Amino acid sequence: MTAFSQQWLLTETPSSRSQAAWGRRYRAWLALRSNTLAMIGLVVIVTFVVLSLAAPLLATHDPGSQDLANRLARPSAAHWFGTDELGRDLYSRILYGGRVTLGMVIAVVVLVAPLGLAIGCIAGYFGGIVDRILMRVTDVFLAFPRLILALAFVAALKPGVESAILAIALTAWPPYARLARAETMTVRNSDYIAACRLTGAPSGRIILRHVAPLCIPSLIVRITLDMSSIIITAASLGFLGMGAQPPSPEWGAMIATTKRFIFEQWWVPTIPGIAIFMASLAFNFLGDGLRDVLDPKQR
Amino acid sequence: MAPVMIDVDQLRVRFGDNEVVKGVSFQVPSGGSFGIVGESGSGKSTVLRAMSGLNSAWTGRIAINGQSLGARRDRAFFRTVQMVFQDPYGSLHPRQTIDRILSEPLLVHGISDIERRIEKALAEVALPSTARFRYPHQLSGGQRQRVAIARALISEPETLLLDEPTSALDVSVQAEILNLLADLRERRHLTYILVSHNLAVVTHLCPQVGVMIGGEMVEQLSADDLRSGQTMHPHTAELRALSVDLEEVP
Repeated sequence: MTAFSQQWLLTETPSSRSQAAWGRRYRAWLALRSNTLAMIGLVVIVTFVVLSLAAPLLATHDPGSQDLANRLARPSAAHWFGTDELGRDLYSRILYGGRVTLGMVIAVVVLVAPLGLAIGCIAGYFGGIVDRILMRVTDVFLAFPRLILALAFVAALKPGVESAILAIALTAWPPYARLARAETMTVRNSDYIAACRLTGAPSGRIILRHVAPLCIPSLIVRITLDMSSIIITAASLGFLGMGAQPPSPEWGAMIATTKRFIFEQWWVPTIPGIAIFMASLAFNFLGDGLRDVLDPKQR
Repeated sequence: MAPVMIDVDQLRVRFGDNEVVKGVSFQVPSGGSFGIVGESGSGKSTVLRAMSGLNSAWTGRIAINGQSLGARRDRAFFRTVQMVFQDPYGSLHPRQTIDRILSEPLLVHGISDIERRIEKALAEVALPSTARFRYPHQLSGGQRQRVAIARALISEPETLLLDEPTSALDVSVQAEILNLLADLRERRHLTYILVSHNLAVVTHLCPQVGVMIGGEMVEQLSADDLRSGQTMHPHTAELRALSVDLEEVP
C-alpha cells in the first residue's frame, strides 16, 4: 500500500474520498509549516501540553509539599525555579499548574465553540424572527463586562475551577455566534446552498453539512486568537481568588498569592507570569498562521 | 401533441411593493423545451426561482405534470424538478469534492447504489472519472457546469430548469454544453425551461420562445419565426435586431 507517501497526498487526481480529504489537509499543513512564527507557536503549545501531561514524571517535588525553612529560595540545583512563599517547588507547581490553566482553556473552548457555531449558523441561516431573537440574546451577553459577569457568576456558585470554566464560557460565546452568523449570511444566498435546498434536504442537514463547515475555519482562527485572552481571564479569576482554589497550582493564582514579593524575590511571581506570557503569545502566533492557511477569503 | 408537462398561469411575484413578474402564463408539453428571453431585470430568472420553490412569495398557478404546486414543496417534488444555475463558479460547494456534491442528492432521497450512479452520471456528462475526487476549484468552467448538470440529473428528474446555463462560459464551451443539453433531453425525454438573454442560445435549444419585458410576457412565438424576424411585439424585434447586430460585429 502506497498510503501517505507524498505523491499519494499531493496527486491532482485522487482516487478515493479519503485521499482527497487527506490531500487537502496535507496542503494546509505544508502552508502552515512554511510560516515560521506559526510553527514556533505550535511547538511551544505542544511542548507546554506535553510537559503538563507528563508533570508527574517530570516534577522534582510534590507541588503541595511545604518547606517553610526554605521559603522564597532563589533558583538552584535543588529547586530549578526557586520556591514560593510556603517553600513549595516552583518548577513542579508550574508543571502541575499547566494542567489546570491549559485544561481550563481547553474546557472553555470545547464548551463555547459548538454553542457559538450552532447559534450563529441557525440565526444566520433562518434569518427573520429567529435571527432577531437569537441575536438579541447574544447582544445581552455581549453587553456585560466579561470579567465582572464571570466574577458575579463564580460568586453566585462556589469559587473553583469548574465555576470559573462555566463563567468564562458564559461570557465567551457571543463573539463566536456573531462570527458564525456573519459567515452564514454570506453563504446563505449563494447558488450552492440554493442547490442544496433543491435536493429537498431539511434545513438541519443543510446547516450541519453545508453551512457549518464553511464557518469552522474562521472560527478556529478566532478561537486560537482568543485563547490568550481566555488564559488571561482564567488567570485574572485565579488572581482574584475566584478560580482554582489553593493549594491547587494555577498560574494566575500563583502570581496573585506572591505579588507582594515582586520587588525582593522577583522570580516568584515572574516565573508563572512568563508561563502565561509564552502560552498566550504562542496561541497568538498559531492563530495568525492558521488565518493565513484556513481563511477561505484569503485564497 | 404530447401531454402538457408544465402549466404556468397568471404567475405573479413581488419583492415588497415591487411586482417583478406580472401575470406570466405559458405551457410546455412533455419532452418539449420552452425558452424565455428578455433583458436583465425583466423577471425571467424570478419565474424559474418561483417554479423551483426557491422563492415562495408568488401567486397564480404553477402545475407540473398536472399537479398544482404550493409555496412549500415536498421532497418528492425535488426528484421531479431540478435546476441548473448560471454561474458554475458559484453553484458548486467550494469545500466539497465532486463525489460529495453528486452523492448529496442521492443521500437525501435515500437512493441506493451511489457508487454506480455517480460513475454513470459523470460518464453521461462526459467528465473523466479522474475528476470525481477533485474539488471544484481544480476544474475548468465548462467542467464545473457539467458537474452542475450531472448533479441536477442524478436524482432522475423529468423537468430541468436552466437559468442561463451557458452565459458564464466562453463561446466554444457554450456550444459543448448546449449540445450536451440537447443530447440529454433526447436520451432522457426531459422537459426544459431555458432562460437566457442570448437569442442564439434559446433558439438553438427551444422550438418555442416567450419574450419578457418588465415582468410581462409580451409575446410567444416559435423559434423559426424569431429567427426569420416574424415578430409581433416591437420589443421582440428590438431584441432580435440587437442580437443580429452583435453577431455581425466580428
